[in-house]
Amino acid sequence: MIPKKRNIILFFILALALLFMFFLDISLGSVTIPFKEVYTSLTGGTASKSTWEYIIINYRLPKAITAVLVGVGLSVSGLLMQTLFRNPLAGPDVLGLSSGAILAVAVVILGAGFLPPFLNTILVSAYGIVLASTLGSISVLLLVLVVAQKLRNTMAILIVGLMFGSFTSAIVGVLTSFSSAEQLQKFTFWSLGSLGNLSWTSICILAVCVGLGLLLSAGSIKPLNALLLGENYAKSMGLNYKRARLIIIFATSILAGSITAFAGPIAFIGLAVPHIAKLTFQTSNHVVLYWSTFFYGGIIMLFCDIASQLPSLETTLPINAITSLIGAPVVVYLLLKKRNFQ
Amino acid sequence: MKTILSTSDLSIGYKSGKATVTIAQKLNLNLRAGKLISLIGANGIGKSTLLRTITGIQQPLAGTVFLNGKNINTYKPLALAQNLSLVLTEKLPPSNLTVFELVALGRQPYTNWIGTLTPEDITKVNEALALTQISDLALKKHFEISDGQLQKVLIARALSQDTPLIILDEPTTHLDLLHKVSLFKLLKKLTQETQKCIVFSTHDIDLAIQLSDEMIIMTPDVIVQDEPCNLISNGSFATLFKDEHIVFDAEKGKFIIT
Repeated sequence: MIPKKRNIILFFILALALLFMFFLDISLGSVTIPFKEVYTSLTGGTASKSTWEYIIINYRLPKAITAVLVGVGLSVSGLLMQTLFRNPLAGPDVLGLSSGAILAVAVVILGAGFLPPFLNTILVSAYGIVLASTLGSISVLLLVLVVAQKLRNTMAILIVGLMFGSFTSAIVGVLTSFSSAEQLQKFTFWSLGSLGNLSWTSICILAVCVGLGLLLSAGSIKPLNALLLGENYAKSMGLNYKRARLIIIFATSILAGSITAFAGPIAFIGLAVPHIAKLTFQTSNHVVLYWSTFFYGGIIMLFCDIASQLPSLETTLPINAITSLIGAPVVVYLLLKKRNFQ
Repeated sequence: MKTILSTSDLSIGYKSGKATVTIAQKLNLNLRAGKLISLIGANGIGKSTLLRTITGIQQPLAGTVFLNGKNINTYKPLALAQNLSLVLTEKLPPSNLTVFELVALGRQPYTNWIGTLTPEDITKVNEALALTQISDLALKKHFEISDGQLQKVLIARALSQDTPLIILDEPTTHLDLLHKVSLFKLLKKLTQETQKCIVFSTHDIDLAIQLSDEMIIMTPDVIVQDEPCNLISNGSFATLFKDEHIVFDAEKGKFIIT
């Protein structure tokens, strides 16, 4: 049967790796803080330098927590999408959720000149972008749910998502030609993603959303396993397909939507991490895949964050560039290595 | 023998736009335990519609399908899955499932919310593997085995679902003669050993005549259910194909091209 002992050892290693990367992420950066000091600060003690403690509590710790939430959430939503759409290239982006957020933020930043002045002042404030991208993701989520009810064909939903993505890029393209260099710069920075800059309140909201999405995903493990044989077999084994599909889409939407809202559109994590998990565990059992995707998501996102703020670098690199730099070659490598790409 | 599924004045067909296309009316079929029943008919005659209707996937135009004496449309999905299992023609999506895991998915109607297999579930899965003689394949990935073996795995999955009725849609399509015969013999053995009712649609009429307990013949005019020897003697096979070059030889029990 399933090589359980090997899985337990692997999970143990992954959990340790996650913990290690978490500490490493807090420790490394433009100012390197020794591991011991990080440990003391986090366990309630006082670090030997007050600046270190300040950096850890106000900057590094929120960022590391955000990285874990973002990595875990995007990866699990990618796993759900790949099984639901029976497509190894599916990810949270395919439903058009990030596109929705991008469109809304583009309208707020680039189209600011077209908006009435009072709306303008509200929207350009600190929470304006978060608000806009949340609304953008939610409207696309509602749209997807309506489409999902109407269309019986799951592939059609995928195509609707892709079309929406193209539509968004077109609108953004039109808006850029009307906007100033300053607006363009602001939009470009947002679209490159950022794990920092989240207040503790924002992190709490994000954690609740991601937690809810993860719970719904865990509840979908059995339907996902049934869906491995395709929709018709799943139905013949007693699955309420419509309800299961709705829950899976809702879980993905809340995961990807909330993450895009707070951290910007982060590419490739949702696509690449489930494949890495599948390759390590060589299984399609979603009980195993759920947890391996969970751990790998956190580890890889922390790794990307560390890479974006290497000690030798003066500036912080955009996180979206790092995830793409790592993610794209990984997917190509997996494609080449595994002929039976699943 | 106990009746598992029966139809009462069933009309089957589908709605295409505003028009209603009726394929057959007043059908009274009777599927009993321990019988191997084949469904034959020319392409496009409506075999799939009939199978979809008697499995509750599609609503009948009129009449009722009774499964264990209860209207099939009143079954909840889970209860239906405990009484009726399917083997479909469609290709499986790519996955890393092993043969054992695939067969174990048949236990889904009985497992808890996360699909944990109890010792009883594992026993049922092993029984299904043994009955279909694929125990030695249990740890192989499902994409590593041949088409004939995969078909047995899918039958084992249906067996592990532990239902009194199994319906197979053209299970012999991609198989050579040797594997066709061995699959039919397997189905025959299963009906005898497990007292299940097994219904399958097929185009291998010669083989079906030799191995089925009963046959359902679909022609444009009529749908009949009877034992093969009776169907031969009353000339039902002659009406199957409307082509003067295909003639049924009642003595040999097979079709001949003239």
